[in-house]
Formats: sequence, structure tokens, C-alpha cells
Amino acid sequence: MQGISKRFLGVVALDNVGFQVGKGEVHALMGENGAGKSTLIKILTGIYQKDEGEIIFDGREISPKDALEAQHEGISTIYQELNLVLFQTVYENVFLGREPMKKGRVIDRKEMIRRSREVLDDMGIHIDVTMPLKSYSTAVQQMVAIARALTINAKLVVMDEPTSSLDTQEVEVLFGVIRKLVEKEVSVIFITHRLDEVFEIADRATVLKDGRLVGEFDVRELDQLKLVSHMIGREFSALERNKKDFDYNDAQTQVEVKDIYQGVRLNGIGIDIKKGEVLGLAGLLGSGRTELGRVIFGDLLPDEGEVFYYGKKQHFKQTEDAIKLGIGFCTEDRKVEGILPNLSVKENITLAMLPQISKFGVVSQKKQNEVVNKFIERLKVKTPSPNQIIKNLSGGNQQKALLARWLCMNPKLVIMDEPTRGIDVGAKAEIEALIQELAAQGISVLMISSEMAELERNCDRVVVMREGKKLAELKGAEIQQDTITEIIAKAHHDLSEEVAL
Amino acid sequence: MNRSVPIQKPLKTNTENYFQKFGALIVLAIVLVLNFIVTPNFASINTVWNLVIQACPIILTGMGMTLVIATGGIDISVGSLIAVGAMVTAKLLPYGIFPAIVCALAISAGFGLLNGFMIAKFKIQPMIMTLITMMVARGFAQVINDAKTLRLDDPEFAQLGTAKIGGVVPSQLLIIAIVVVVVYFIADKTVFGHRIQAIGDNSRAASLSGINIVRNIILVYVVSSVLAGFAGVVEVARLGTADANGIGKLMELDAIAAVAIGGTRMTGGRARVLGTVFGALVMQLITITVNMNNIPFEAAQVIKSIVIILAVFLQRESK
Repeated sequence: MQGISKRFLGVVALDNVGFQVGKGEVHALMGENGAGKSTLIKILTGIYQKDEGEIIFDGREISPKDALEAQHEGISTIYQELNLVLFQTVYENVFLGREPMKKGRVIDRKEMIRRSREVLDDMGIHIDVTMPLKSYSTAVQQMVAIARALTINAKLVVMDEPTSSLDTQEVEVLFGVIRKLVEKEVSVIFITHRLDEVFEIADRATVLKDGRLVGEFDVRELDQLKLVSHMIGREFSALERNKKDFDYNDAQTQVEVKDIYQGVRLNGIGIDIKKGEVLGLAGLLGSGRTELGRVIFGDLLPDEGEVFYYGKKQHFKQTEDAIKLGIGFCTEDRKVEGILPNLSVKENITLAMLPQISKFGVVSQKKQNEVVNKFIERLKVKTPSPNQIIKNLSGGNQQKALLARWLCMNPKLVIMDEPTRGIDVGAKAEIEALIQELAAQGISVLMISSEMAELERNCDRVVVMREGKKLAELKGAEIQQDTITEIIAKAHHDLSEEVAL
Repeated sequence: MNRSVPIQKPLKTNTENYFQKFGALIVLAIVLVLNFIVTPNFASINTVWNLVIQACPIILTGMGMTLVIATGGIDISVGSLIAVGAMVTAKLLPYGIFPAIVCALAISAGFGLLNGFMIAKFKIQPMIMTLITMMVARGFAQVINDAKTLRLDDPEFAQLGTAKIGGVVPSQLLIIAIVVVVVYFIADKTVFGHRIQAIGDNSRAASLSGINIVRNIILVYVVSSVLAGFAGVVEVARLGTADANGIGKLMELDAIAAVAIGGTRMTGGRARVLGTVFGALVMQLITITVNMNNIPFEAAQVIKSIVIILAVFLQRESK
């Protein structure tokens, strides 16, 4: 793949990205959430169409218009969510949509059973192919998906996080199958978040970040530290940390959480946020950053632990409770959890504040317009009119409108989960400036971000998380992207050594 | 300040909005013009009054349906609730007009409460829950008078459905006007209206903005049921007889079609209240056209479906 670009509604999802996969090679595709891995794969497999660039497969340029066309070319995909029919038998699934016919009319079940058994035996999976697929574990189901790929003589198998729902043993079985594929000169593209798997199975790795190519690496020349650094990235930009040190001497503690346990993601973490402070939460995907934000916002109820607001213990049962106390939460995923896509910018901004601008349940149009115009101007939201449908705005402007949703509430604490993800550089700088402005006004900001440079520039203090625990805390000038990266990478390294012992 | 920068292809967006906003009106205009040409004696004021009287139950239930569909739900129990409203009123009329109507609306509200509670709290799919209520409510209506037709003998009550204001304007016009204005006000001006549209457009975002989904969903189904019950009250006043088996039958489908023609998305979001009114008029107008031209009833269904397809096609969103 060369020079692939893709835009969604004015947002650049992939910018001039390319990589090469050799015959019989296992190629890992790495990157944090939103880096563009899935988009790239979907272009390769025909689900999305590229805006620019070319795909050369087996020496020929191809541009599959749908998944079926990609399949005909010999590209087979195994998705995170399996696209199999669980209540049908194993052999039916192997031949789903391509059933062999007897005399051109009747499905040849004997042939299906025979060939399914052959393929699966070949992979080292010995199961009864006439049983319904749902009677087997996820791992076996995945194997069936791979068997399906093999029966169409795939030359390239794409696996999107195949190990995310497998246990260690099952992963071994999967890797065994991958090695067998490689023996048959089949190429594999492998997407995963687990670093150790890359070292175990992959020959080469391509790292993406923010829709851009970071680089293509030979796995033998990489170690965990280097790989993590590439994934998190080091941003070289003109923006510099330009912050006065926060005065912690007479700072008032605004929110404090203690010993929070929640599901599998939070394991006894505690943090405190001072008034007017910008506190950063760093950590890799799955470290529990977002979950901690949601606990503070009352969207996730902790199994154990306490939440204090100005020293007073709170039991948030719903977001409404936290909002009443002046907490706002700008979510990571704008589309899924943020915007009301088909409603206007105006309605999007005033969603949370409706009770404040209404009397007896009737919204005051005058107050609503006042608030909306004020914040459109203040945050420089570029929209033709407040009545514009929000999904027509660019990502950066959508994000500003969502920030406005909370800022118009006169909040005391705003939790921002990846506030600059997927927005252009200009809007990024504006949002960062806004964060500083808020802090100067005494509004606390809890900033969750995968961008270490962003944390370095904006935060008074950074808490580094891993597996739902506090790993380290950095203050003032200690906050440097390299330091944070090192702490995270080292923790991963220590963990893998522990496992090795 | 350059904050009025057009973002992308404003022209295209505008034409889409135009059809989405006025699609139902355009279709209504087309059907009207066709009628002027084809139907003999169409251009008379009596046709208008007939249209208003006959479209009344569709508009009333369509108003509630618009709000329900704006939340991303659906309420197919409204046809049966028309029967409940009609039968309860008819049965209790001897105890006075006012108590009878209040009881009818309260019982309808009870069914709506059940719908909303089960849907919001126990996450039962709206289609399934209201299907259950549709059967239960129809059964309830039939039990009220042992499945026999009730004949009303209360000229005062009959005024509600037969009175002519100033000797010409049917009472239904006033009823429709009041209900439409109220529902339009709810959808456009109230916190409740803003919230149900937010829930329909993105319920997760609405919930994260502190909106109590359960409470709002329950209320919306109650509103829908009460309006359906009220449509039953008006209908029974007009007809003078209450037949639990027939009244309101399949009315839910007309109401849903009216909402669809009106341009409210079936997946929820913006509630197009006036669109539903035009949609209901279109549906009823086709029935009238068919009757006045002596076209068989079956053909009416075909024509209706063609018009619905046309309306929905006009308002489709380009991706």
C-alpha cells in the first residue's frame, strides 16, 4: 500500500500512509486507538474507499470496491467481532456464501464436511465439524474463520485484534496456526495492542500515529522501550511548555478519590485534583484512565472506594448528580458519546444546561440564543449559523461545541478525555490555550491524553497509570514526554520479566 | 471575526434541508393538484371539512407517535388505545361526561405508563412491548361491554364530535388545532421536547449530559397513549356507537405512515410535528380521492404505499 489518504467529513483519518508486506511474512500493525489502523485495513479489504494512493497486490494495482471483491483477489479478513453464524455448523460456516454444488443445484454437504475437516486437521484443530459453531470456544471459532480464509486460497490474511478475547493457551494455538500459514507462503497482517505478541510472532512492524506513518521496523531490531516510544510518539512541534509552576501551598483540594476499585480496569487508584489545576492522566490504552474519569463523573459506579468533593463524601448514582456539583465530562469518542449528530449546534451546546435556561419546563429562546452566541464567539466555533446540523462541522469545531456544552454550565471541574484527538493542528492549539484560560479562572481540568507532548505542555501535574493503579506522579518541570514514556515502557518491561521468571 | 465561514458545500446541504423540511407539504400539494384535475366536485368546502373530520384520529395519534418516534421508539398500541378511550367513555357516560372522559384518559395513561416503564426500565424493545399492549388493550376494550356494540344516547356529548362551530366548521378542526399547537410547543419549546429529541439522536450522549432517560421515555409513552385515548373519545362522540372490535383498528399504521411522510426519522432525532400533520392529511386525502372516484378500496392501499415511498424518497439523506 502506498500513499493512502482518507478523509471523513473533512477530518483526515489517514495521511499518506503506506507499508509493504512480503510473501509469507507476519506483519504487525501497531498504534494507539485512533491511529488509523482499522481505517487502513478497511481500505485494504474494500470496506472503505481510499481518497488517494494505490494498493499493489501480487504485482497488480487493485482497488476493491467491497469485501467480496477483496476476497476474490485473495485478501481475507478476520475481524474483531467474528462475522460467522454461530448457530450453524462448523462446516457450513467454513463455506458460508460459497457452498459447493452438486450437479449445480443441490448443496454438496459431503464435500463440505470432507474439505472442512481436511483444512482444520491441517491446521492442527481436531473438532467435529458437524457441530454448531457456538458449541466451541472463541479461539476455535477464530480458527474456523481462518479455515474459511484458507479455503478461498487467501494469499493475505488480515487479523484485526484476534487475540483480544483469547487466553494464553488459545493465543498459542492461534500462533501455531499463523506459523503454519507462513509455511504455506501466506502473508499475515496482524493488529494487536499486546506488545509481547509482536515480538513473539511478527517479522516486521508498522507503527501508525494520528493517521500518519511513524515507521516500518524490523522486529529483531526493536525492543519494548523503542516500540512504545514509537507508538506514543515524540511530537516535534513549535509549541513549548510555557507554564508557571502551580502553587501547591495553599491550593484547595477540589475532588479526591481514594482506593477506587471498578471491574477489571481500576485496582485501588486514588488521585486528588486541586482548584485551578490542570491534572494529566497518562497511560497506555486499557490503563484505566477513562474509567477513572467516568467514576468521578458518576457515570461508572465504583465497586469500592470513596469520592470526595471539597472534602465531602459523595455517592454519585448518575451523571446528573455530578453535573449538579459543577463537573463536566468531554468524552473521548465524539461521535458515539458526544454529539447529537442530526441536531443543531445550538441544541448541542445547551443540552446539559436546559434546566438553567428554562422556567416551568419551557426553554427561554432568548437565554438560549444569548448563551449559544456567546460561546460560539468565545470558542471561535466556525459554523455558518447556530442552527447548522452539527455533523456538518469539522472535528475541531464539533469538539469546541462539546466543550461549550460544559463551559456554559459554569463548571468547577472539566474532565477532558483526549480533547484533541482527530482534530487539526490549529484547533488543537486553540483548545490547549482554552485549557490554560480555564485553569487561570480557577476551573480545574482533568486531562486524559495519549499525547505525551500535550500533557507536557498543559499539565501542572501528571499521574501515570497502569492497570488501574498509580505508577508515578510528576510535577511541574518533571513532566517531560520522554520521562513519561520511559515510566510506561519500563513498567511493561518489568512485567514481562516477571512473567518470564 | 470570521465565524460565519461556510463549512462545506452549503448549497447541497440547503437543498437537502429543503426537501426534509417541506417534503410532506410538497407531497400534499401534489395530491391536492391531482385531485383538482381528476376528482369531480373536489373543489368544495365540504371536501375540506370531510378531510378534517376523518383525519382527526390519525392526526391526534400521529402527534403522540411523532414524539415516540423522535426518541427512537415506536408505539403500535395506539389503535387499541383508541378503542379503550372510546369504550370507557361510552360505558361511563351515564355517570357524567366529564368523569367519563377523565377516566378514559387516565386508563389510557395507565397503559402508556406500562409501555414506558417496561421499555425504559427493563429494556424491552418498544415494538414488542407495545405489541403486547396492543393485544391486551384491545381485549380490555372488548371486555368492557362483553364485545357488544354500545349505543350512545347523549346529545350533549355527541357535540364533541358533531358540533359545527358557527354552523359550518366541524369541532374536529378546533380539537386538531389545539392538540397540534400544544405538541408543537412541547417539541420545540420545552425542556422535555429538547430532551426526547436528544435521546433519539444519541441516547448515550444525552445520558452523559445528565438527562434521565427512563423518566423521559416513560413520559413520552404516556403522552402517546393519552392522545390515542382522546382520539377514541372524539371518535365515539362523532359515531354515536362504540364497537370495541372495529374502532381504531390499524390506526397505528396510518399514524406511523403519517410520521414517516412527515419526515421524522424512524431511528429518532428531530420531531417534525407539522410534517406529521401534512402526512396525516395526505393519507386521508388519498382515501377520500379513492372514495369520490369510485376506485376499489384495495387500490387505495396501493396508491397510499406509492405516496409513502415518494415522500420518504424525497426526504432521504444522501450519505
